[in-house]
Amino acid sequence: MTFQINGREFSKAPRPGQCLRTFLRELGHFGVKKGCDAGDCGACTVLIDGEPVHSCLIPAFRADGHAVTTIEGFAPDGGTHPMQQAFLDAQGFQCGFCTSGMILTCASLNQAQRHDLGAALKGNICRCTGYRAIEDALNGKSNIEDAAAGTAFGRSLPAPAGPQVVRGAARYTFDVAPEGMLHIKMLRSPHPHAKIISIDKRASLGVPGVHTILTFEDAPDRLFSTARHEWDWMDADDTRVLDNVVRFIGQKVAAVVAETEAAAEEGCRQLDVAYEILPAVVDPTAAIAPGAPAIHGDKTLANRVADAGRNIVAETHGEFGDVASALAQAAATYEGAFTTQRVQHAALETHGGLAWVDADGILNVRSSTQVPFLIRRTLADLFHLPLDKVRVFCERVGGGFGGKQEMFVEDMLALAALKTGRPVKFELTREEQFISTSTRHPMQVTVKAGADKDGKLTALQLDVLSNTGAYGNHAGPVLLHSVGECIGVYNCPNKKVDGIAAYTNTVPAGAFRGYGLPQTLIAVEAAIDELAKQLGISPFEMRRRNVVKPGDPMLSPPGSEYHDVLYGSYGLDQCLDLVERAMAAEAPMPSLPADWLTGDGIALTMIDTVPPAGHFADCSISLREDGGFDLTVGTAEFGNGTSTVHRQIAASALATTVDRIRLLQSDTAHGGHDTGAYGSAGTFVAGRATQAAAEALAGQLKQFAASLLGENPDACTLDNHGTVCAGRRTSFALLAASAHSLNKVLSASGNSSGTPRSVAFNVQGFRVAVNKYTGELKILKSVQAADAGRVANPMQCRGQVEGGVAQSLGAALYEEMVIDDNGRVINPKFRDYHLPSFADIPRTEVFFADTSDALGPMGAKSMSESPYNPVAAALGNAIANATGIRFTATPFKPDRLWPLLHEKFGPG
Amino acid sequence: MDLNTVAAVAHPTTRDQLPVWTAGDAWLAGGTWLFSEPQAHLRRLIDLTDLKWPALTISETGLSIAATCTVAQLDALACPPEWIASPLISQCCRAFLASFKIWKTATVGGNICMSLPAGPMISLTSALDGVCTIWQADGGERNIPVADFVTGDQRNVLAPGDLLRQVEIPLAALRRRSAFRQVSLTPVGRSAALLIGSVTSDGGLALTITASTKRPVRLSFAGIPNSKELRETILQRIADDLYHSDVHGKPIWRKHMTLRLAEEIRVELQGTAYA
Repeated sequence: MTFQINGREFSKAPRPGQCLRTFLRELGHFGVKKGCDAGDCGACTVLIDGEPVHSCLIPAFRADGHAVTTIEGFAPDGGTHPMQQAFLDAQGFQCGFCTSGMILTCASLNQAQRHDLGAALKGNICRCTGYRAIEDALNGKSNIEDAAAGTAFGRSLPAPAGPQVVRGAARYTFDVAPEGMLHIKMLRSPHPHAKIISIDKRASLGVPGVHTILTFEDAPDRLFSTARHEWDWMDADDTRVLDNVVRFIGQKVAAVVAETEAAAEEGCRQLDVAYEILPAVVDPTAAIAPGAPAIHGDKTLANRVADAGRNIVAETHGEFGDVASALAQAAATYEGAFTTQRVQHAALETHGGLAWVDADGILNVRSSTQVPFLIRRTLADLFHLPLDKVRVFCERVGGGFGGKQEMFVEDMLALAALKTGRPVKFELTREEQFISTSTRHPMQVTVKAGADKDGKLTALQLDVLSNTGAYGNHAGPVLLHSVGECIGVYNCPNKKVDGIAAYTNTVPAGAFRGYGLPQTLIAVEAAIDELAKQLGISPFEMRRRNVVKPGDPMLSPPGSEYHDVLYGSYGLDQCLDLVERAMAAEAPMPSLPADWLTGDGIALTMIDTVPPAGHFADCSISLREDGGFDLTVGTAEFGNGTSTVHRQIAASALATTVDRIRLLQSDTAHGGHDTGAYGSAGTFVAGRATQAAAEALAGQLKQFAASLLGENPDACTLDNHGTVCAGRRTSFALLAASAHSLNKVLSASGNSSGTPRSVAFNVQGFRVAVNKYTGELKILKSVQAADAGRVANPMQCRGQVEGGVAQSLGAALYEEMVIDDNGRVINPKFRDYHLPSFADIPRTEVFFADTSDALGPMGAKSMSESPYNPVAAALGNAIANATGIRFTATPFKPDRLWPLLHEKFGPG
Repeated sequence: MDLNTVAAVAHPTTRDQLPVWTAGDAWLAGGTWLFSEPQAHLRRLIDLTDLKWPALTISETGLSIAATCTVAQLDALACPPEWIASPLISQCCRAFLASFKIWKTATVGGNICMSLPAGPMISLTSALDGVCTIWQADGGERNIPVADFVTGDQRNVLAPGDLLRQVEIPLAALRRRSAFRQVSLTPVGRSAALLIGSVTSDGGLALTITASTKRPVRLSFAGIPNSKELRETILQRIADDLYHSDVHGKPIWRKHMTLRLAEEIRVELQGTAYA
């Protein structure tokens, strides 16, 4: 067969059942991405004879004799197609994993389709942006600025990887193909709870191409947590690389390592496993009831499992004051029970990676991770390797959202690479993402609240039952965070918290954007609104009367042992004002039939800018011979935009421009340590380390220039790519040449330990319309105000807010992993797990409070998780305002809203 | 995705060349569903492309749609002006969960044979009195209305080796005034209820209920019924357990929306009937 790909002829026969996507990738066209491999997400879009198709659905043989164009060949001779340029100008991407497919699709739209983008783009999912920036690209809008030397911080500079992203040249995890690579496929448990009696490998080993089979007998006999934190004591040690007990449907049973994925799959099918079925429990309330089967009955407090016999992995209890008597005396009280469902991160790049042992005996792991340094440490521990014999790194990662603050694949990769001595690859399918990685913690939250007649809160009580699934990764820290800032933001003399994280025989929950707060905020912010309504106070005023202000203690029982959270800045008052003003602004109301009820709702959130107990980052920067700089940071880029911000910080400190800062990132081989890109730390923590390093180097440059000129360093400043000492200018390039001739190295390092911490704030407002006879919901207005301190990059920060709102609207309106009575995920694919598409997401007006943080880098605060947090709560409040009904369970889908609407309003 | 157990693809060009159906075989039309899920039981694909069936044939008796006609080809059909039901074609194409990119590959026959409750080509062709022609594995041939072809969620009358050849739409159905209603849990999502009504030549109402029910339900009324008659007929003809239940809509809401959309269709067509 002959294929014409990007204008070149290839003669190669695809395998009979091969799809075009893998065929193109095997030929080296890595711009063709796998998001779902099922035709739902559009990341694999290519053109056949100029028409866009999903290459994962096209049998490869059907491209025989046709012209195929991938993103790499879209513009002739390495040029830039106008649509690629439009995506650069608008910065219509964050992680960029969907961008190839998005650009090829957008460029194919006719005028009619461009007028109905909701329909035209329903086959292209972007998990990061919230689509506004993509719409801007289609409208030819430019969102980027320039910045003169030394002025980069605070400007809307484009992401440095943009040109590679829009050309499909940015290398993501799987965009390499080492020689002689073996493939790993997992046999996964069909049972929610079972003991593995035996695994008969004989038939499997007979499959041509099968190289090795790994079972619990090959795995280190060590317990760890897939959750990765700076400190291991934060999580329960309850997991083995491969265990002889499986505790959820989808858990790893055995790995088949083979020459091809096909052989590995066949090897899995040929494994004969004998199980002893154990009793299972999938409901968290049933799991903590007496008599429930113990899921981790063999674990103890030494494993940091709070009460293994009762399936309680973590709990927290505390009270300040006396909530019961405060409630008894309150002028207004509210009690409600709220439920949040199980949702998935759905980063478009699945988990996975490659590993190999190099000629120096170093185990190299290239993976889709937010925490390469923590993965390295754990691999070294598990496999008894010296730290310097393990290297973990990532290049560009296709989305994270907390799901990659875990070690789900690197342990298998290491085991397989060490056992086989060959390069190995392990790439999860989309279904595996759903059934075997992690989710948000589903929570049941009961809130009780009371206020006096003036609207002052007198009582706040939370009772939380968190379902952590079969393993306790992040169970405790998420539980603690979920009952932290959501009530800490309110002054209230009587507060009480009871929280339990329960094991169940279901897919584990783990770290997820917001880290517990979105689930509890729905309850707390509903209570504030309900009290305000009873007392006849506006939701804005009610909050103003009760929120903490600088100087107020931020308290949540039983109280934290960490007292390093300070008001580095405070913009909550501004955020409330900004949203109130925007919601009140005159706006044309769409004319809606009388069936539609409208209402407004708000919610606020506070978040500590760094996780507790220390979060570390080392950065270094050195002057290059050409007068530019090499900046080395440990933090990873997965669409969070920190690559842009770090260069801005360094360029500002060194009076240069960002194009002269070359960033080296997220590779343990570069030295130093970085706790990782989680807890919104990429700017606040690592950014401070970059600032410290750059400022130290600035000092050295002044000193060195002064010494060359015989001046006092105090008389020197940095200006426009050089130093100026007593009026005499020396360019950085000249300084570099002088340093070289004197054998002097001009470089500096900086670090940050993530303390003291500050607080950031967000307020979300919605205006909704609800059809009282059908349950359909329209968002008429969406506003978010964010207190991000001094905003490092307004365009990017706006994108983080919009993307957070979009992802959270997914969880508030659509997304739901459904688990049946046996613990099986029944909808492990995008067509049954509805991610927001272009048509689903309203434009959000984004405002920034005018603050500058005393603790953050150059005044900035973190802003990546918190925009997500208040969205479902605000939406619930808006729906309650519109309908007079308090809905207490997400997602707010029409078929869920309708029964209560029907009860109240009749059939219509 | 790759179907790694598939070891061969047959490319018959005539009916005579269709291989003897064997366990592990699958017909390959567009492949947009086949390649979207693991199919570890498959060993051979029988590609229907080279049979080169004419996609769309307009004749004096109506429209013949080959099973291999793509959704995009159908959507692009220039219909004669007297086919006043033709807007249904575009409305049903837009009811696909899949985007226009998939329409280029996905086929009308594939959608009917998938037999999902929300299959919009089932909605379209059953509302238009479509009749399936089945090439039987034994070499014979039989015809069956689309509404009877689909028997349940992902169930139909095809026996192993049977092949859907085409759907014939009678001219009369294409010349009827029609009304279309569809609802989904999301703005452009999978249909939770899709109803099509049309006024027959003798002034009756033909109502086709799909997506909300596990299989198409066709209701015929001698004239345009009143609201009560319509409602009671639906309640009587569709038992609660015939409403489909999955993540795309709870049955009780599907039932409510079915009644509501049916009434909207009744009101719309009543207006045109009087006009």
